[in-house]
Amino acid sequence: MKKAGIIMIIGSLLLLGLFKFPLWNIMLGAPQYPEPLGMNIHITGIKGVSEFDIQNIDGLNHYIGMRTIPKAEDMWEFEVFPLVIGGMVALGAFIGLLGFFGKVNHWWFIGWFGLMSVLGIMGMYDFNLWLTDYGTNLDPNAIMKMTNPDGTPMSYKPPLLGYQKMLNFDVDSWPHIGAYLMFVGMLLTMIAFFVGKKEWKKKKRSFQSH
Amino acid sequence: MKRSINSLLLLALVAGIVASCNNSESNKKGDQGALASGAAEKVYVAPGEHDEFYAFFSGGYSGNLTVYGLPSGRMFKEIPVFSQFPTNGYGYSEETTPMLNTSHGFVPWDDLHHPDISQTNGKLDGRWIFVNGNNTPRIARVDLETFETEEIIEIPNSAGNHSSSFITENTEYVVAGTRFSVPVPQEDISIKEYKGKFKGALSFLSVDQETGRMNIKFQLMMPGFNYDLSHPGRGKSHGWFFFTTYNTEEANSLLEVNASQNDKDFIAAINWKKVEEYVNNGGGTKMPANYAHNVYDHGTHNATTTMKKEVLTIDPTKVPGAVFFLPTPKSPHGVDVSPDGEYIIGNGKLSADLTIHSFDKMIDAIDNEKFNGEAYGIPILSFEDILAGTVKQAGLGPLHTEFDGKGNAYTTFFISSELVKWNVETREVIDRQPNYYSVGHVMIPGGNSAHPFGKYAVSMNKITKDRYLPTGPELEHSAQLFDITGDKMELLLDFPTHGEPHYAAGIPAEILAPKSKKIYKLEDNKHEYAALTSGDTRVERDGKEVHIYMSMIRSHFTPDNIEGIRVGDKVYFHITNHEQDFDVPHGFAMIGANNAELLIMPGQTKTLVWEPKQIGVWPFYCTDFCSALHQEMQGYIRVSPENSNIELSWSLGE
Ligand SMILES: [Cu+2]
Repeated sequence: MKKAGIIMIIGSLLLLGLFKFPLWNIMLGAPQYPEPLGMNIHITGIKGVSEFDIQNIDGLNHYIGMRTIPKAEDMWEFEVFPLVIGGMVALGAFIGLLGFFGKVNHWWFIGWFGLMSVLGIMGMYDFNLWLTDYGTNLDPNAIMKMTNPDGTPMSYKPPLLGYQKMLNFDVDSWPHIGAYLMFVGMLLTMIAFFVGKKEWKKKKRSFQSH
Repeated sequence: MKRSINSLLLLALVAGIVASCNNSESNKKGDQGALASGAAEKVYVAPGEHDEFYAFFSGGYSGNLTVYGLPSGRMFKEIPVFSQFPTNGYGYSEETTPMLNTSHGFVPWDDLHHPDISQTNGKLDGRWIFVNGNNTPRIARVDLETFETEEIIEIPNSAGNHSSSFITENTEYVVAGTRFSVPVPQEDISIKEYKGKFKGALSFLSVDQETGRMNIKFQLMMPGFNYDLSHPGRGKSHGWFFFTTYNTEEANSLLEVNASQNDKDFIAAINWKKVEEYVNNGGGTKMPANYAHNVYDHGTHNATTTMKKEVLTIDPTKVPGAVFFLPTPKSPHGVDVSPDGEYIIGNGKLSADLTIHSFDKMIDAIDNEKFNGEAYGIPILSFEDILAGTVKQAGLGPLHTEFDGKGNAYTTFFISSELVKWNVETREVIDRQPNYYSVGHVMIPGGNSAHPFGKYAVSMNKITKDRYLPTGPELEHSAQLFDITGDKMELLLDFPTHGEPHYAAGIPAEILAPKSKKIYKLEDNKHEYAALTSGDTRVERDGKEVHIYMSMIRSHFTPDNIEGIRVGDKVYFHITNHEQDFDVPHGFAMIGANNAELLIMPGQTKTLVWEPKQIGVWPFYCTDFCSALHQEMQGYIRVSPENSNIELSWSLGE
């Protein structure tokens, strides 16, 4: 299980990229913003793509009564996410190490993958809830009150994934480097499972032949 | 047709000098050529596209510098330098009024003539642009990241600061040569004592390579001629500076006749490196003086004035081998040095010929001490010894020459109103194009450096006449853009220029555009009275002075209601723009303000003084349409009688 263990360790360590690179990116472009405004969502907080983007996004959002973009200390997520990711990296690397020395079989790898997937989906769900709240829970004294054709108040929830036109803005929401590293990492843990499966079988056979 | 008759009349007036007789023909050709060859396409810059060059035009009597794009001829900005500018409060706000201080007091206007862009190794580097104030002698430095005037230094012992502000090839020096000679030091004497008593100061201002700060390193006290224009040597002639003179007759009355008697005046050749060495070794005489040095700081957003009390003067005869006179016909105006530094072209404005001196021959004559007399102890070289050649009968009244970097020179002729292209080596005329009308300077981007960008030439005309729709008796001047990539120059465009453009300077956009500043960072704002957060906003009384620390952001002022101001107070509005977004200035206007409004850039603080004279409740508002709620960006100030005891109070959102 040497090879599989190493792949598992590398895969889990790739998640460390989330501590440096953003998980997600939302860009807002409009004719009068030839250089689009953007925010990068890190597991530790939200940062502007350019130095003053957050301030300028807040400036725009106040017309429609959106709250200002939360600081890291305003959301429990930014405390919990780093702990969860850190924990999963440690766990993954530990399982990989045990696998390397043949102490655990490949099912542990897929088990880690499953847990990570569940946590990831929960994270996305939470993120989407936040976007919804942020885009619909508006100040009743907002300067501008836009409605849909059917008369319901307009929502300004950015898309969870992909492109959407919102008033005069083109909004793009896509995973960023941190997320891609995470995806590659999780893919590697899957590969570790299959490689481990083969190695485990071989090990079992050679054990039986003795 | 009318024009050609005028030209013929002019020709008759200056009878028998030259026959530039095909004017009417080339006139027609000029117009047709432009139409026939798709000139419109060559100057068309599609919406959203950018021009290839920045061009900085002097505003002459406007005291300002204007920024245009080439080839479109679109004006981008007017930069106030020597004049008060109500558009943004320059020269009216508390921070910028010190910029216009002089030894004559506050001088809120000037006559801005010759812009020159800083160079490194003879190449335009786009750090700063220097300009001269002709009237109250001053040199200003405009920063090319902010496009704002950063420094103005007054030149003592000088008058009519015309042979300025040209720079050496590494921006070591900016020169400020006096057009009018004056008594030095000034004294109450008869004007008739001009001859021998008046002096012409040629000032050399050193430039700090880090900050751009200028300092008058020395003044050469030259004979009392008129020093008209100047240019630095470059390449092999780097280390020399050349100044044209007129009135070597030293007349003091009716100069149009009395200063036009000598067949030849001089180009003064100055070996500034030699003078610099002399100065560095302790040479020269410190002389009492009184002149203002004004510096604007982008951290504090404030200008300060320092009155300087001393200047180092040099007697040119004390520095052997440093100053020589090159005889040049006839009342030379422009002096221009070829990109390789070999040819010194003197344009006698009353002449039909161009005089081209050779730097090598000049050095040779100096080395062999082949002098032909002296003036006030300064050796005069012999015309024949230094002459490289002449361009014979190129036109009437040559003024200025620029170069395309491909071996050609372009000279303007005022009297015959044309731009003439000629080969620097063969001195043959290649092409001539009429100008509409009465051309002064010509500019080729980088044409005043060792590395010209010879794609376009812009001529700057003194008369506009019928080029545009008439606007009453007063017209803006006219500039003309020529494509100079072919053998023949092709007129592409003419466009109005603001004020009276004298010289201009052009530079490829790719050098300036990437470093242009977009905002001032609020965190770097060191203004003494800045309100960096809305928590810092407040109102304080100090006797009759009231200081309002105000902030602005889309779309409100903090505070927007102020009470407790009294008639007779002096109210200082210190206003900080909290925006940190490109192109979101806010304006500030107070009813009855006797000075100006303000335009405050993101991250900037400006102060306006208002002296309320009437009781009541008076509004102030933002003058720059900043957002959908711009109209709502307003506030009120309650003004009570002088003896009122209403407490100072201020609020927002109550
Ligand atoms: Cu405004």
